[in-house]
Amino acid sequence: QLYYQVLNFAMIVSSALMIWKGLIVVTGSESPIVVVLSGSMEPAFHRGDLLFLTNFQHDPIRAGEIVVFKVEGRDIPIVHRVIKVHEKGNGNIKFLTKGDNNEVDDRGLYKEGQNWLEKKDVVGRARGFLPYVGMVTIIMNDYPKFKYALLAVMGAYVLLKRES
Amino acid sequence: LRKNVEDFTGPRERSDLGFVTFDITADILNGKNGFPTFLNKNALIIFDWNVKQLFLYLSAEYSTKNNALNQVVLWDKIMLRGDNPRLSLKDMKSKYFFFDDGNGLKGNRNITLTLSWNVVPNAGILPLVTGSGRVSVPFPDTYETTKSY
Repeated sequence: QLYYQVLNFAMIVSSALMIWKGLIVVTGSESPIVVVLSGSMEPAFHRGDLLFLTNFQHDPIRAGEIVVFKVEGRDIPIVHRVIKVHEKGNGNIKFLTKGDNNEVDDRGLYKEGQNWLEKKDVVGRARGFLPYVGMVTIIMNDYPKFKYALLAVMGAYVLLKRES
Repeated sequence: LRKNVEDFTGPRERSDLGFVTFDITADILNGKNGFPTFLNKNALIIFDWNVKQLFLYLSAEYSTKNNALNQVVLWDKIMLRGDNPRLSLKDMKSKYFFFDDGNGLKGNRNITLTLSWNVVPNAGILPLVTGSGRVSVPFPDTYETTKSY
């Protein structure tokens, strides 16, 4: 009986992992689902909204697209819009971003001396979104006790569930 | 239908800086952009039940010696659900500086201005739509040294 429950638990965890990894492959993005952390894209996106990304390399970056990028050396993804694109004949693209709700472009956010972003900085392009759903992640980050409580409840549920 | 008047001042930091003034007439509600299109007959509804807002932007697209493709957003506007969907803006100056990456604006005969928008739904897909009108703008062959902006 215990053997069965452990297997059951392991199946759930590995299925979740497979779905997540599968999503990463299908979208081409290392992080296909991100949560909006700031209000710099209001009123389109608010803190806590969930964004679905794709990162197809053959799809060139164009002005007006909403991209999620990471500044070199920093872990925080930023969701802003592309406002300038300069592409060379060989496919090399450099671009500039700006939050809809910000007065100035993002040069202040980039690395010291960096004036443009490149394809390698991009985590993905926003293709779809769901409002509010990402709030759960933000709450779990700000109140870690909530995260542990949630995990404990989920774990207890799976382990204690009995076949009828 | 847009009219454009260009001044041209530069270079600053050895990059060309262009100035464009423009009029925008757009009927977003009916999908018209001052040009008759086949959408006329279908009365396309852009602001449907799942649309929260439109993010409109005017972008200039052109090629230079340095770069095969350049796109610069000159102006943008957020149009919320409930705002007047008919735009009639005259004599607008660009919101953002039109810097080229290099000196490709001088003498460039073919800068294409297009109006596009990002549909932001209440939930779901985020499409980018380009309006059906576009205007081609040439820049003069010389720099202007007097600021008439």
